Parts: sequence; structure tokens; C-alpha cells
Amino acid sequence: MRIAARPGAWITWGLLIFFMINLVGVVGAPLLNSFAVQWFDTWLPNGYTTSWYTEAWREFDLLEVLLVTFQVAVAVVVISVLVGVPTAYALARRQFPGKKLLNVLFLLPILMPPMTYGIPLATVLYKFHLAGSVTGVIVANLVPAVPFVIMTMTPFIEQIDTKIESAARMCGAKTSAIFLRILAPLLVPGILAASILVLVRTVGMFELTFLTAGPDSETLVVSLFYSVSAAGIRATQTVDAMAVIYTSSMLVLLVIALRFVNPTQLVTRLKEPS
Amino acid sequence: MSTGAARFAELHIDHVQRAFGDTVALRGMDLTIKGGEFIALLGPSGCGKSTALNCLAGLLPLTGGKITMDGKRIDDLPPERRGFGMVFQNYALFPHMSVRRNIGFGLSMRKVGKTELNRRVDEAIKLVQLTEHEHKFPAQLSGGQQQRVAIARAIVLEPPLVLMDEPLSNLDASLRLEMRTEIRRLHQSLGLTTVYVTHDQEEALALADRLVVLRLGEVQQIGSPEDVYAHPTNAYVAGFMGYRNMLRVTVESVDGENAVVTGEGVRLAGVNRESLPSGAAAVAAVRPEDFSLVVPNAASTENTVSAVVEIVEYHGREQAVEARLPSGEQLHVRTNSRLAPGDTVQLRVPVERVLIFAEGSSS
Amino acid sequence: MTATLEKPPPPLEKASLKHRLAERGVDRTLWLLVPGAIFVVVLFLYPVLYGLQLSFQPKDGGGPFGNYIKFFSDPYLRDTIWITLRLGLPAALINVLASIPIAFQLRGKFRGKRTITTMLVVPITLGTVLTAQGLIEYLGRAGWFNRVLLTLGVDEPIRLVHNYWGVLFSLVITGFPFAFLLTLSYLSGIDPSLEQAAATLGASRRDRFRHITLPLLAPGLAITFCLTFVLAFSVFPSAIMVGEPSGETHVMSIAAYETAFRDFDYSLGAAVAMLMALVMLAVIALVLVWRATLYRGATGGKG
Repeated sequence: MRIAARPGAWITWGLLIFFMINLVGVVGAPLLNSFAVQWFDTWLPNGYTTSWYTEAWREFDLLEVLLVTFQVAVAVVVISVLVGVPTAYALARRQFPGKKLLNVLFLLPILMPPMTYGIPLATVLYKFHLAGSVTGVIVANLVPAVPFVIMTMTPFIEQIDTKIESAARMCGAKTSAIFLRILAPLLVPGILAASILVLVRTVGMFELTFLTAGPDSETLVVSLFYSVSAAGIRATQTVDAMAVIYTSSMLVLLVIALRFVNPTQLVTRLKEPS
Repeated sequence: MSTGAARFAELHIDHVQRAFGDTVALRGMDLTIKGGEFIALLGPSGCGKSTALNCLAGLLPLTGGKITMDGKRIDDLPPERRGFGMVFQNYALFPHMSVRRNIGFGLSMRKVGKTELNRRVDEAIKLVQLTEHEHKFPAQLSGGQQQRVAIARAIVLEPPLVLMDEPLSNLDASLRLEMRTEIRRLHQSLGLTTVYVTHDQEEALALADRLVVLRLGEVQQIGSPEDVYAHPTNAYVAGFMGYRNMLRVTVESVDGENAVVTGEGVRLAGVNRESLPSGAAAVAAVRPEDFSLVVPNAASTENTVSAVVEIVEYHGREQAVEARLPSGEQLHVRTNSRLAPGDTVQLRVPVERVLIFAEGSSS
Repeated sequence: MTATLEKPPPPLEKASLKHRLAERGVDRTLWLLVPGAIFVVVLFLYPVLYGLQLSFQPKDGGGPFGNYIKFFSDPYLRDTIWITLRLGLPAALINVLASIPIAFQLRGKFRGKRTITTMLVVPITLGTVLTAQGLIEYLGRAGWFNRVLLTLGVDEPIRLVHNYWGVLFSLVITGFPFAFLLTLSYLSGIDPSLEQAAATLGASRRDRFRHITLPLLAPGLAITFCLTFVLAFSVFPSAIMVGEPSGETHVMSIAAYETAFRDFDYSLGAAVAMLMALVMLAVIALVLVWRATLYRGATGGKG
């Protein structure tokens, strides 16, 4: 079957190429600008430099920001895996009264726009003096992260044959041994995939961090946003340089993620709870 | 393995019941298993045989009844404390462990010392002839090899009872025969006590010391293979034991153990298995191979039926024939004689090979 | 009580209590749920309920529904519903509709498929800020896009950022990869032999799409639409950076944020957040009701 033989295919490929060209433009413009000495009203900049990167690094205190981002992301991943995986196991293996309700409760934080629960959450966190600190940012980011781990791990655990656990039991393994010796090794790929997806989501999560971060607890996205708001007094090149740093780190994370998660199998992971 | 498996004298399954919501999968099962026996639970899917096995293993909680081993109640012990071995239908090998570690897993759970563990694993591996494959992972093995690992994993513990859940159903025909012999050999040489679940009557007859035929959660018959094969208690068991012809008849007269039944154009004498009174609606069950061809115009036509041949299948030494009775019912016959579609044949069946059962107890 | 004098059946030996509890799915495994359940109740349910009751206690008085009355009587606030839907619905629709033909083209195996898929997925990593900066610099008055148009003979540069269009573009760029990935995975979950079977029965390419693939794909498309709609409906930073945040793109999340954290009216902010959730759930519910009328069984694929 030749693909290029039909007009529908030509139109599709044409539109796709048009989209791609524009995408390259959208990505290329700030990328080029971040290396530009000056760029006004011409096709290309009139000179190139890397000084904007060092300037952005210094001016926005990027080292500090990256450290906070790293701290938040790692804490969120570890806690959400520790809380989420056991829950996912119970959801995958047991039928019990109230399971449907619990499933809906776990689905909502993923489904709802972060603003809708972020504003009341931030209000509560301010009430308990947790907001404005790294702890507050971590807590806020956990709200969608834990359910996300549960939702990705539940189908993963479901596809592990219960007979394997039964077999281990018949071999005399107690519950703790089943978890440590049988389930943990089998779950490693799933946990890795879920962790990386949570990492990507947390690093990219703007709203919740924005609502709960104080000056010392901004992650990279939020500090980027502030740098745009304050762009009037700075060269756009520094903002672009910072955005490029952000995007390249996300790109690295995505490439790692794709090694563990086959994107065309996302559906089984996002399937609604049954 | 030389020591042989731990033995019990008697295991009582006492009125064990298992319901899933409103559907009863197992209805008051009673069975006594003696040490060293090979028991087969036989029946079609949904008859409760796997349920019974899982209850015995402890993987399914009972909803009624109890199980005792030498007088000790075991049905509230978790599976890991009953100490039974189990072979699963899809083998359920641990995919992340090598053959060796799969087999040794149970021993390490029992905190068996390293040298002892290695010795016993070596022995088990040798027993199932997997020495060359001991460092491979389950995914690298063929179905038959995986099956051997599963068996070795169950018997290395020398358990008092080995439970097997249709262990051969995923193998192809020739391998199935080979493994069948293997299982019987292991059972005998190690002195195991085995409960074996299958839907294949041939497998059950070949392996077991005693058969338990189940239907819709109820035990239909318990007996030795010879007993169940030759003397099924009802039409259902008969159907399962290869009595493919079930002619609808009425009991005409009863004479001691025997009875004469009549149907449309059929009049047969047979064994009255369920002591039906005359006038009762009944089925006459006959195996295809119990018919013999009567030479045309023979003097005696006692206990014969006449039928028209419709389809002839060649099966090597014999032929499988489908013929039609005057009533329109189909008749399955196996014969050595050459027949052709359209032939009218006279078929005789010995009185003791016609089993008369109450109507409605089949399938 | 009628006096039926039949003998009661012999009582069954009662199963042990442990068994009877396990029968209802209650055993020690359920303890594993405790941390997750506490978590979602304390950090999600409680704040949302707190916000809900807060929204019925207006700062300036005016009865429990004061905030809601204020929202619907102030056109600047009321219009945010329409503004947000006018962005979210077209963005989700564009993303889903564009994904279908592209996923179809990329369904088979061919050289370069991985490259194209990767290129389509890369925008996930861009983040709102780079996308915003890119749109401003690429589509701006002096950007490459308008330069090309001018070269082609257009008189005036077209205004494409700092208005509705800028936000819509950014929603398409960030939302399309998700829609595409989901559509592609739903599509690869449909057994290709179904289409082949239809072909042997005389169905043309168009018929096969209409009668076989589309009905099997539709439930997946509904889910895809919902997820991309939620993404677009939540738009916040892009609406500020490439939109016109106090006018054409004054979306609900901006309204909620500004009332709560700029004007410090937490109560009204919570009310806007609750309304935002309500509108979103209403749209999703509509789509899911429609989806419930579709065939949702197995699609025979391996995906």
C-alpha cells in the first residue's frame, strides 16, 4: 500500500509540514535570539554571543532555582511512589465496598484544572503557614502526583498475573516476602516509568508552584514566568536563554522517559478506572 | 528426593462449599484423600473443579464446610502455612528469576541452609531433566520446559500434597502425552499425594487412582477409573465417559437389574442403572465402539438397531460412522468394516453395554 | 409463620470468620489503601470542601450566595466563562481533529516514523514560557512569519500575538502532542485485520473508515477530547504572556487568581474556582454521556 497515492494523504502531509515549519520557527526564534548580540527588524541577528547565558545564570540566581527545582522534584517523586504504589496495589487486587468512590477521588486531582483546587489548597496552606516554603511547594505538587502514580501503576499491577503471587504463597512466602522478592522486582519498570512521568510533570507544573511558592522556593518554571513579567527592564535574550535552559532540561527528561515508556501504549495507562 | 515426600494418612474435605455472590461454584463437596493417592477432579469448565482445588490450596476462602488433615483443621491456615505444592495452568513461573532460583524459591522461604538448598535444587533439576537450562529465564524456555520447572518448583519441597490445575492444557498433543507419563512417574517414584484437575477424561483415566466427576459444583461420582468408565452413575457421567449415543426411550419392562426400553423403531435391552420403573422416560447410552455390524439377513436380530449410514470418516484402522435412526436421531458408530453413505446397516450391542438412565440428567 | 413441617436442611458447617470477611474483600491488603486515602482526603478533598464553604461566606456580606451573584452580575467576571470556553473548545477540537488523519498516516511501519513521532512529541517539553517567547518573536510584527507574508506581497503585518489567536496557537502547540499520542495509541489498539475483513466484504476505503475504524475509535477520541479540553480550559500563564489578560483572554483561571491573590478576596476567588470546576465538569459530563452511547468493548488489538 503506497501512502502518497491519495489526495487525502497529500493534504495531511502538507498540513503536517506547514505545522512543522511554523513549529521550527517558534522554537528557532527564541533559540537564535538567546545567542544574538542584537536582533531588531532583520531576518537574522547581527552577531552571536553566549554571554546571555552567563548573565541569565547570574541575574536569576539559576543555581539556587535549579537546586530548589531538583529538591522539589525528587521529594515529590519519592513520596508519591511510596504512597501511591501500595494504594495502586490494593486497588488493582481487591474489590471492596466504596472502591468506585475512591477511584473517582483519585481521578479528580488529575482531571481538574490545577487552579480550581490550587486556590483553595493555597488558602489552606497559608492558613497553616506552610505556603511560601519548599515544603509547601512539595505538598502542593503531591496533590496531582500521588493520584498520577496510582493511575499509572494500577493497570501495570493488574497485568501481573495474580497466579504468580499465588505460586509464591504456595511456595511458603509470607506477604512481606511476596512484596520484597516477587512484586518489587517485577514493578521496577513500572515504578521507573511513573517516576519519570511525575518528574516531568512536576518540573513543568506551573500553577500549583506559582500559587504556593515564596521568593526562596520558586522552581524553574515559576522563576521563568517572573522573568518574563519583569522583561521590560531586561533584555529579552536573557529570558530566552533561561527558557532554552528549561526546555533542554525537559527534553533530556523526556528522552529518558521515552526509553521507559512506549508512547503508543499510553492508553492502557490512562484508561479510566474500571 | 530420596527421602520421599511428607505423608499424611487422611485428608478430609467435609461439606466444602464455595459461593461467588449468589452463584454457588462448589456445593457441599465431600471427599477423603488417602496418603499416596492420585485423585483427578474431572469435569467441563465451570463445574467447580478448579474452585475445589483453590479451596484446598487456601487460595480461595471457603463459604462453608471444613478441611481437616489427620484430624487437624487446616482450612483457616493461609496457603503459605499449609505447605502444599501447586502447579498452575499457565505455570506462573517468576519471570525475573532463573530456573534455579524459581525452583529454590520455596526452600529459601523455608530458610533451608545453602548447601542443603543447592543439593535439593540440583536433584529436582535432574529429576525433570533441565540441567542444561538451569540458568535460563522462564521466557527463554519452551512450554514443555516451563512446565517441568513448575513441577520441579512444586515437588522440591516434598510437600504432603501436590495440587495440579490443568497443567497440560497449554501443551501440544504429543508433548501432553509425554508429560502425562512423566507426572505419573514422579508421583509413583516420589510417593507423592496428588490432586489433579482436568477436563480431559482420557488424561484423568490414564493418571488417577480415583476420579471425582463434578457437574455444576456437585459431585456426580467418585470411583476408580475402571468403575467410572464401565459403570457411570448417571447419564451425565456416561456422556463424559464417551457414551456418545443417548437414545431417547421409554422403559417397557423391568427384569431385575435389567430393563427393556423402546423408542421409535428401537427396542433394546440394557442395564437399568438408576432402577427406573416401567413407563419412565429414559435414555439408553451406548458407546460408538460397542456396536457391531450384523451380517445381512442374520437369523437373530436380538438387541439390534437399524440405521442408514450418512457420513463416514476414515480413522486408520477403523472408521467413524454417523448413521441415522428411523426416529431421525443420530447414531455414532466405530467399525472396522468398510461402509459407504447410503448403506442400511443392522447394529448389535451387548445387553451389558446398554446403560439406561433417567432422562434429563445428561449435559 | 406458616407451619410447614418440612425438616430443615442439615446446617452447613459455618466457615470461619476470617473467610467470611475475606469474602467481602476485607483483608489486610486494604491497609495499603490507608496512606493514599488519608492523603487524598487531607490534601484534596478537605481544601476543596473548605474552598466551597468559603465561597458561601462573601467578604463583603450579601448572603451565602453573594459571591455567585456578584460573579454573574459583573460582566468582567461573567464573561470569563464564555472567553474560556471560546478558547478551550476550539483548541481541543482542532487538536483531536488534526490528530486523526496524522495518526492514520503514521499507523503503518515505515522509515522515519520514529523521527516524525518524536518531532510531534517534542513540543511537550517546550513549556509555556518558551512557547510564549517563540510565538511573540516568530509571529510578532518583525518576526519571520510576518516577514514572509510581507515578501509575498501582504501590505500590513498581521497581529497574531497578544490577543485571542496567540493563546489559541499556544494551546494547539502544547495540546496537540498529547492528543496525537493518545489518538495514535487508540488507533494502534484496533486490530488491522478488522479493516481487511471489511475490505474483503467489498467496503471501500471511505466505507471502512466510516463503518469500522471510526466507530471503534470514537470512544477513545471522546477521552482524548476531554483530556485536551481540560488542558486548554486550565490555560493560565499563556493567557497572560501571549494573550490580552485583561480583555480578550481574561480566562477563568486569571479571574480566580486575581480575585484571590491580587485583591485578596479569597472567598470570591474560591467561588470563581468552584464555578470553573463546575463548567469544566459539565462539558466533560456531556462528552461522556455521548460516549456512553457508543460501542466500548474490545477492539481486537494488542495495544
